[in-house]
Amino acid sequence: MSKLVIDNVSRIFPAVRGGTPTRALEPTNLSVADNDFVTILGPSGCGKSTLLRMIAGLDRPTTGRIMLDGKAITGPGADRGMVFQSYTLFPWLTVSENISFGLRERGISQRERNDIARQWLEKVGLTSFANHFPKQLSGGMQQRTAIARALANDPKILLLDEPFGALDNQTRALMQELLLGIWERERKTVIFVTHDIEEAIFLASRVVVMSARPGRIKADIPVDLPHPRHYTIKTSPAFSDLKARLTEEIRVEAVLAAEAH
Amino acid sequence: MKPLAPISSTARVVLGISFFVLFVAAWSYATFGGFVSKTFLANPWIMLQDGWFLLVKQGFLHDIGMTIWRVLGGFVLAALLAVPIGILMGAYKPIEAFLEPFVSFARYLPASAFIPLLILWAGIGELQKLLVIFIGSVFQLILMVAVSVGSVRRDLVEASLTLGARDAGVLKRVLIPSSAPEIAEILRLVLGWAWTYVIVAELIGSSSGIGHMIIDSQALLATGQIIFGIIVIGIIGLISDYAFKAANRRLFPWSII
Ligand SMILES: Nc1ncnc2c1ncn2[C@@H]1O[C@H](COP(=O)(O)OP(=O)(O)O)[C@@H](O)[C@H]1O
Ligand SMILES: [Mg+2]
Repeated sequence: MSKLVIDNVSRIFPAVRGGTPTRALEPTNLSVADNDFVTILGPSGCGKSTLLRMIAGLDRPTTGRIMLDGKAITGPGADRGMVFQSYTLFPWLTVSENISFGLRERGISQRERNDIARQWLEKVGLTSFANHFPKQLSGGMQQRTAIARALANDPKILLLDEPFGALDNQTRALMQELLLGIWERERKTVIFVTHDIEEAIFLASRVVVMSARPGRIKADIPVDLPHPRHYTIKTSPAFSDLKARLTEEIRVEAVLAAEAH
Repeated sequence: MKPLAPISSTARVVLGISFFVLFVAAWSYATFGGFVSKTFLANPWIMLQDGWFLLVKQGFLHDIGMTIWRVLGGFVLAALLAVPIGILMGAYKPIEAFLEPFVSFARYLPASAFIPLLILWAGIGELQKLLVIFIGSVFQLILMVAVSVGSVRRDLVEASLTLGARDAGVLKRVLIPSSAPEIAEILRLVLGWAWTYVIVAELIGSSSGIGHMIIDSQALLATGQIIFGIIVIGIIGLISDYAFKAANRRLFPWSII
């Protein structure tokens, strides 16, 4: 059964001061199955964040509707966890308090909050940083905390918007393995936005390729690599084939995007 | 010197003190050297003697106490009203639209110009002094707090919404804690301004306070006393500033790491 259904959703940003309206997203249809890990791959400016923000309820579609478990999304809520590209930990809360932010909002007792926070600290390898403030953490640690904060809330679906985009390559690779490890154990439904082809293939069971602006879905490619995946899979022939194919798809779009600017 | 290059804390203290030394040296040179008439500017030594006389013989400590109480009284009243209103204005756009034009207008009304009116309304007692401070601070505080709360990072608010925060939660658990250090900083700044209003309030129709002593000394041409009074104000300001900064560092360790 489809967990999330995106039905004819488009987004046009109104014109500012006599300019032309921005067609960020053409009418789009997409279904995401329960427990699936879908990556959305596209050049920058193609409407990936816009789509994700509409799923999160932080923005409204111009046309169409988005259904989660058969119910239309009308605003943000705890059932859809989100990890942003920018660092959005609450700077006045410790790592542990950040992770239990959503739990506290739901009125869960202090003891239970601490238990859940401790479990998630362990899963993301930050136990010894429980009482640090976000500013004392590296970028990678901050994003690990952000992932733990979103998942501690036990959302129906996890949305990630280029969460590793600002990290160096080595850290990024480790973070991919960590996230994939968590998904292999928890089997949450995940939508992960990226412009990095390797990242899109390595993580996903399905890569949705978007075209340059105005964004629309251009290709929908299953990734049949076995789980659990080890980083060595990135050098396997099957991986290389997928990469070659996606590189071709995305190159055309990148060229179009570059010409449009 | 390189732009923005940091200096050691010892160097900072030494440099800070040396300006005071230079300042007193220039003052001594001008007065002891006879370049300025005694009638217009007392020398540092006379200033200290006058200060001693004020403290021991004239009960100046009581004046200082009165002035501090007036500033704090008026300022605390203003803060109690302004901080909640400012937070609501910053958080809720209809409240902002309702109050902002009036507050912006009222903020330009000089507190000192209200003194004659306040004397008519409230007499020359303590209430009138408190009201001067109150009027001088409250509108500034409201506006500055509103701006601070209104400029809280949008992405933090959005993050809290995706974690299930509702309206009250966003206000209590994001907007207020996020702007708290800035609000404390605003209080520190406006308290400094409140000091200038209190002296003006005491210059007119007052029987105690630092400002009252200053205006009395003018009649006696006691410039040493006037300067002593001004320096006392400066020292109290410096102490309250440091106390505020230290308190902020303790209350909001996350904002300075
Ligand atoms: N709030 C907004 N107002 C106006 N235009 C916007 C807004 N948000 C995004 N856009 C435009 O929509 C297009 C898609 O943006 P975005 O979804 O952020 O792309 P991506 O995440 O794929 O890089 C861009 O051209 C961007 O300038
Ligand atoms: Mg984006």
